Amino acid sequence: MGNYFFETEGPIDRVDGKQKVTGQALYAGEYPLEKLCYGVLVGSSIARGNITAIATKEAENAAGVLAVITHLNRPAIPGYTGEGDSGPAGMKLMSSPAIYFAGQPVALVIADTFERAQHAASLVKVAYKTTESSTDLSTQLSKAAAPRRGKSEYSRGEKNAYKKAAVWIEEDYVIPHEVHNPMELGSITAVWNGDQLTVYDKTQGVKASQRSYAQLFGVPQDNVRVVAPFVGGGFGMALRTWPYEVAAVMGARKVGQPLKLMLSRSQMFTLVGYRPHTIQQVGIGATRDGILTGISHDATAATASYEEFTEGVVRMTQFMYSCANVDTRYRLVPLDVSVPTWMRGPGEATGAFALESALDELAYKLDMDALDLRKKNYAYTDPESGLPYSSKFLMDCYDQGAEKIGWYKRNRQPRSMKNGEWLEGYGMSSGVFGAHRPAATARAVLAADGSLLVQSAASDIGPGTGTAMVKIAADVLGLPYDKVRFELGDSRLPPAPTQGGSGTNSGVGAAVHDVCTAVKEKLILAMNEGKAGFSKQPQQEWLFEKGRIGNGAESISFSDLLKNMGQSAIDLTRDSKSGEERQKYAFYSFSVHFTRLWVHARTGVVRIKQIVTVADAGKIVSEKTARSQMVGGAIGGIGMALMEEAVFDHRFGRMVNNNFADYHIPVNADVPDIDTIFINKPDPYINPMGAKGMGEIALIGYAASVTNAIYHATGKRIRELPVTPDKLL
Amino acid sequence: MINFDYLRTASVNATLDAIKREPRAAFIAGGTNLVDLMKRGVTSPPRLIDINNLPLKNIERTSSGISIGALATNSAVAINEMIRSDFPLLSQALHAGASPQLRNMATVGGNMLQRTRCTYFYDTTMPCNKRQAGSGCGALGGYNRMHAIFGASDKCIAVHPSDMCVALVALNATAVVRSNKGERRIPFGDFHRLPGDTPQTDNQLKAGELITAVEIPSNKFQQHSFYLKIRDRSSYAFALVSVAVALSIENNRISDARIAAGGVAHKPWRLLNVEKALTGQPASVETFQKAASIATQGAKGYGQNNFKLKLLPQAIIQALETASS
Ligand SMILES: Cc1cc2nc3c(=O)[nH]c(=O)nc-3n(C[C@H](O)[C@H](O)[C@H](O)COP(=O)(O)OP(=O)(O)OC[C@H]3O[C@@H](n4cnc5c(N)ncnc54)[C@H](O)[C@@H]3O)c2cc1C
Repeated sequence: MGNYFFETEGPIDRVDGKQKVTGQALYAGEYPLEKLCYGVLVGSSIARGNITAIATKEAENAAGVLAVITHLNRPAIPGYTGEGDSGPAGMKLMSSPAIYFAGQPVALVIADTFERAQHAASLVKVAYKTTESSTDLSTQLSKAAAPRRGKSEYSRGEKNAYKKAAVWIEEDYVIPHEVHNPMELGSITAVWNGDQLTVYDKTQGVKASQRSYAQLFGVPQDNVRVVAPFVGGGFGMALRTWPYEVAAVMGARKVGQPLKLMLSRSQMFTLVGYRPHTIQQVGIGATRDGILTGISHDATAATASYEEFTEGVVRMTQFMYSCANVDTRYRLVPLDVSVPTWMRGPGEATGAFALESALDELAYKLDMDALDLRKKNYAYTDPESGLPYSSKFLMDCYDQGAEKIGWYKRNRQPRSMKNGEWLEGYGMSSGVFGAHRPAATARAVLAADGSLLVQSAASDIGPGTGTAMVKIAADVLGLPYDKVRFELGDSRLPPAPTQGGSGTNSGVGAAVHDVCTAVKEKLILAMNEGKAGFSKQPQQEWLFEKGRIGNGAESISFSDLLKNMGQSAIDLTRDSKSGEERQKYAFYSFSVHFTRLWVHARTGVVRIKQIVTVADAGKIVSEKTARSQMVGGAIGGIGMALMEEAVFDHRFGRMVNNNFADYHIPVNADVPDIDTIFINKPDPYINPMGAKGMGEIALIGYAASVTNAIYHATGKRIRELPVTPDKLL
Repeated sequence: MINFDYLRTASVNATLDAIKREPRAAFIAGGTNLVDLMKRGVTSPPRLIDINNLPLKNIERTSSGISIGALATNSAVAINEMIRSDFPLLSQALHAGASPQLRNMATVGGNMLQRTRCTYFYDTTMPCNKRQAGSGCGALGGYNRMHAIFGASDKCIAVHPSDMCVALVALNATAVVRSNKGERRIPFGDFHRLPGDTPQTDNQLKAGELITAVEIPSNKFQQHSFYLKIRDRSSYAFALVSVAVALSIENNRISDARIAAGGVAHKPWRLLNVEKALTGQPASVETFQKAASIATQGAKGYGQNNFKLKLLPQAIIQALETASS
């Protein structure tokens, strides 16, 4: 495990913070290019049917309009191979008159200003033949079927064993359709130069986007450059290439000018995926003293009719607790909606709400403390694979969180704690997500002036990747933070994985660690060869501190040493990936969430009073940005628990609250002080830093801590999110 | 492009002349509602008459109470010392609305004339009789969680979204309006109207009329006023139900009571029957419960908003308790 623990300075501030808050950071829709034109997409107003006529004359004749593209005149997109209206990048843009969901792009209008493009878009008149649409999962459950790809069923031991248990419950849990909606809108600026393409893109993966555009537009990958040094949040919506991005690249090629396309806020609700409406049933049973004897988890989720989306909704049930008999089933219902996609804590966030609620219900039925029930069924080895954990400090999470919030001091009886008109409640829940280490490559250049540049084509959608990478590099080489620069978000840089699944810090961090360690070795070699001209070798090893190397008595700056070595720079690139440890251990990050809240007895209003959220994410690389991750996860969890729901008018198959006035997310007044606790013990196997991922576990499970606390406060069990006041009357 | 002219006037008379010359023009005050409606294509006036330079921002004591200029911002009214001490209910209601940024722009006149937030009204591809007469009511049989339980019609079940107006109707305010023909005074309770067969019309204001002020008579409610707003999050959300309560209590008896509800009707809804049930009674939970139990007489739910029938009485009891304590 390298020399990672040689930490030079205190907690690091966000390296790009100043650029972001002063507006100097350029986002995908902000590049001031010559001859820039603007694209606006026209969306279908029906959910299912066919376009019978599309009148574009008026739009074409409107001032400033350069092109109006529909399925009737769309330039060929070479990568759209295969049958049907769905291809490698999802729905094939404007490839037929068929309509699969409301809001589906039916025309692209390009004009010299945004306002003119938008106005012309309003002049495109589309006539449809409407077929009855079906957008309501709850009425279509009979159509549930196994996904075409992936496993639908899992079991170990006996199926439905919970029904034979001394104590058991069986309940339904419902998650509505929830949307990502990061602050930055879906944005892209596409620039063609002959067959060279540059794309300023809102993407969580510049390399994946580069491959995608190359494939779609039939040009060599090297001809495509994707640039995304700043991304204004993602939560999963920018993990893939969407039709709106294809539209922009196609449009730019058609008009021969740089083209910018920025989705409207309401388009963000339908064109870039979401967490699908999912209906789950959990049956869980235990012996009278609380040993789990059976868990069954059955989930049915909505997907699109034209493209299948699957996620690990029932996965957590398979591996979270020690239980001999577990069976799960996951099925899909295709509806006339746009395709879902991964959203923070994909699958697990949905499943954890059901599982962690069910455990709470079982605990009450057993007359047992909900935390004690979890401890009693603690998995010491991975129940699914039988492998030992690479590291697991969930028990510490339980204990430290419980201590901080005063868990065991509460009166466990429902509706027993009061504060004037308010009923007080405590709730807890756990979260888990696989700890990954995707392969990555990093380059490090130690320059003549002793400063270090590190590069990798990673993304930073907000977690502070750039900051954490600077920290790792500085720590390895004993450099002050301000002597290190990390470049990311450009497909020309050494390859890095897409930022998703909580893998960046681990995978890219390992590559940064490895390449900086290689630089360090070069410096050590030079020192051992006497390049510093020191009289003696160090007792133990060379000391790297503040950009200097020394033996305890004398030291030399990196810059002088390079000079003595006769080198103007050290420039190295290293690939870094996991090895056979992945076969020997089960790798997971864990979290525990505690919530204390008040429910107003008369009006059903919920006020969250305190949150303690605890993570076992291995070694914490950057304390401040890690804390922000956990705080953000909890706030997202408040939204999931109490507010978020995309509502459809099923008569029209259309979303009716596709704006921020009607689709609620937490405001400051909804968020209490949030305590974050990190166990901060390195994982010995995951990567040289010992750091596991954290992005997903910050959110996974959180919502159940709220509904469990609401039950404790009121005696009312809410199994359908979000818990708005009307549900508590 | 849908072009429009922009005209800024400096006096009330010039403004009234301007609207007479182009009756299809719209006044623009804070613009926080009008501009949204223009962007969404709900309305497209050929001319905007910017009234922000008119001398209608003053808040002044009068012999009978207070007069608030129609262009006083929601923030200015909410933090005004006279309002806070003499009409705390109004200050509370304003603070419960929108966000600080919006309140800094929004005006008293604009707040009164803000249009419903019904999603079918805003989405021009959906049916809505208020936006386009005869196109149908999308909310009936659709998404109507936020909608009316009082006074709705089969043409429209939208609610008036204002918080400020709920307080003003409880305080027996009067709207002062001017046109070329002179000045008119409209009791606040009559200012907004019910949808009936013509939901396109929100209120009694006639073409060419400008709101110049709102007057509130002096009262004895200072000690016992409370505005309770129940919403889906702690701030920056429209009311599921709101209740404005103003009581005058002498020797623990309620000598005068005003109570109005928001989020329940096409207009701020005065609950006269509840007021009557409170007047002369001891200020006690029993009284409040009894009075609240008749609050929903004549109310009707449309499915998703049925919970309001339960929530309203509860909110009334809560607001009365808080106000009386
Ligand atoms: C996101 C959001 C949240 C909000 N939340 C709330 C809330 O919780 N509670 C709440 O009560 N309100 C809320 N509002 C609404 C807000 O209070 C109104 O938009 C605001 O009060 C309108 O005032 P304005 O001066 O900006 O009006 P404008 O938009 O300028 O005008 C609105 C209408 O009034 C007319 N008008 C304006 N002044 C006069 C006059 N003197 N005489 C005649 N006609 C006139 C205009 O022609 C126009 O038709 C919210 C608004 C937004 C955008």
